[in-house]
Amino acid sequence: MVDVAFQPNRAAAAQTRRRRVGLRNALRRKSMSAFLMTLPLILLIAILVIYPAIYSVHLATLNKAMTKFVGFGNFEFLFKRETFWLVVKQSCIFAISAVVFKALIGFIVAHFVHNVPANKQRKWRGMLLVPWVIPPAMSTLAWLWLFDPSYSAFNYTLSFFGIGPIPWTGDAMWARFSVILVNVWYGAPFFMIMYLAALKSVPEQLYEAAAIDGANWWQRIWYVTLPMMRNIIAITTLFSLIVTFANFDIVRILTAGGPLDHTHIFATWAFRVGIEGSDIPLGASVSLFMVPILAVAAIFILRDITKRGNES
Amino acid sequence: MADVSLRKVVKRYDEVEAVRGIDLDIADHEFVVLVGPSGCGKSTTLRMIAGLEDISDGDIMIGGDVVNDVPPKDRDIAMVFQNYALYPHMTVAENMSFGLRLKNYPKAEIKSRVTEAARMLDITDLIDRKPKQLSGGQRQRVAMGRAIVRNPKVFLFDEPLSNLDAKLRVQMRIEIKKVHQKVRTTTVYVTHDQVEAMTLADRVVVMNHGKIEQIGTPNELYHKPATKFVASFIGSPAMNFVPCRLEDVGGKLNVRLTDRLAFTLPPARAARYQALSRSDKLLLGIRPEHVLEARPHAEPGVEPFDAMLDVTEPMGMETLVYFTLEGSQVCGRVSPNAGAQDGSPLRLAVDLNNMHLLNEVTGAVL
Repeated sequence: MVDVAFQPNRAAAAQTRRRRVGLRNALRRKSMSAFLMTLPLILLIAILVIYPAIYSVHLATLNKAMTKFVGFGNFEFLFKRETFWLVVKQSCIFAISAVVFKALIGFIVAHFVHNVPANKQRKWRGMLLVPWVIPPAMSTLAWLWLFDPSYSAFNYTLSFFGIGPIPWTGDAMWARFSVILVNVWYGAPFFMIMYLAALKSVPEQLYEAAAIDGANWWQRIWYVTLPMMRNIIAITTLFSLIVTFANFDIVRILTAGGPLDHTHIFATWAFRVGIEGSDIPLGASVSLFMVPILAVAAIFILRDITKRGNES
Repeated sequence: MADVSLRKVVKRYDEVEAVRGIDLDIADHEFVVLVGPSGCGKSTTLRMIAGLEDISDGDIMIGGDVVNDVPPKDRDIAMVFQNYALYPHMTVAENMSFGLRLKNYPKAEIKSRVTEAARMLDITDLIDRKPKQLSGGQRQRVAMGRAIVRNPKVFLFDEPLSNLDAKLRVQMRIEIKKVHQKVRTTTVYVTHDQVEAMTLADRVVVMNHGKIEQIGTPNELYHKPATKFVASFIGSPAMNFVPCRLEDVGGKLNVRLTDRLAFTLPPARAARYQALSRSDKLLLGIRPEHVLEARPHAEPGVEPFDAMLDVTEPMGMETLVYFTLEGSQVCGRVSPNAGAQDGSPLRLAVDLNNMHLLNEVTGAVL
């Protein structure tokens, strides 16, 4: 009885079964299912990264009104402008000096934290990470007040020693110093935490072996710590170099590129000419300049990272 | 090269005393092994000699000079670690020469010393490799090479063979002994493996709970242990202990194990134990090789008895038999032809000429 009742559906059921078998076979092939599973991410990257990248290249080839194709016209224009070369120079100074100091301070602080007894280490780690977890737009505002020429805590304190007032953001050199200082303050904790993790992964016995071999404090760092941390140092430096080079918020809030464009870096100047100056194609051309510079840096730093990875 | 002396050396960690007053004299050229269970303080003692741990009390002398406050690099010692502690970014040659390079030795001298050590350890072909490309045994050789090229006053080994598999361990043990025969450097060697201790050492120091239980040559420790700990720690399978008491029967001294089982002591042993109180709780200590199958014409002092075997373990050249006496498990070594079978009776004999009597309470060998 039951059998008969189901009879009419039998043909349709067989068909779906056949279709399911086909799908199952396709999924059984590993590459196929792997591709399908990563497809959402691939689409997301295509929409959010590849499309804007191609679009900005397209934009950079248009005229100011975005009505005409001008080829390399925007770039030719940039090369002739003195401000552009100033921005190139300043971006390099800003990124390199900030990353060097971040790395140096991060390395030193990581050593201090590493030598703090384990039960107190969490507290120190937490406190030292604070600059990094505050949104930089907010903390830079606080720095802006600290740098105020007339009412700031810095100049007030310095006045007791008969120094100042220092034009923290008003003078070209001081303004450069200030944006670098704030960037170092903001970024050093990242280096600290990465180096701390790397330090913890160096086996204690290597230091003991080095101590017995006759290495002093400095030689232990030079011959044991640094080689063991080489990969982390390279990756952290590259990562920070990219982020610092493309920095926008700190410079924008602290000096807005001033005085007289003397603290502009690529991102802030692209914003100035592209958005504020209503020349979006020119802004796009400026920001595109970061790509080759960062690519060269990446190649240099990551050149033999796989080779080094095999040693340890 | 130099002698090493420890005088009342103590190591305290907050409340815990890891090493509780050690006195030890190690002569020049001597190979001394510190052995004991984990947590007995042997590694701490070695690390104090190396200068990697501060000493809480007492004195450590190397070559007659007190080195309590001398940093490791100025003690002129070399250490081989359990996990080798080779610098992973340096080649074998760089690893071995690191100490010499830090001391600014001339390049030619470094090269000749490294070549010589590599030849001695048979690692000449590996000299340009990185540690990652080496096997465990090869790394161990490099670690030893690093110690040898320094030509230090003292070699310190901290469980150097524990990370190797059983076969390689035996091979490296012989290697270490050969190296010591060649270079004759004073050596302190820490291990938890009593076989390593017995085979390598000129003298063995048995440690327990931060104290030295006994110092002696391997044979002394084996045949004349001072305490129950040493008696049970040295030798494998371990010495058997059975509760017993002494009694006088017809002018002879007997050792009674159970209501039904008592042995008459041979004259030499009887004379030695005559003065002991008959009411003391004692332990009969007897090594497995002195519990053997009964033979028709037994030597004097070899007393037969019947045992019900629990388990037998055929080892090839011998069979280990296990049975129970008064609640204590006893192990014996019998000939493979003795017909020992699980769960069946066997006539065994105990060689009382090699027995030990221990105080059950203090553990002292009487």
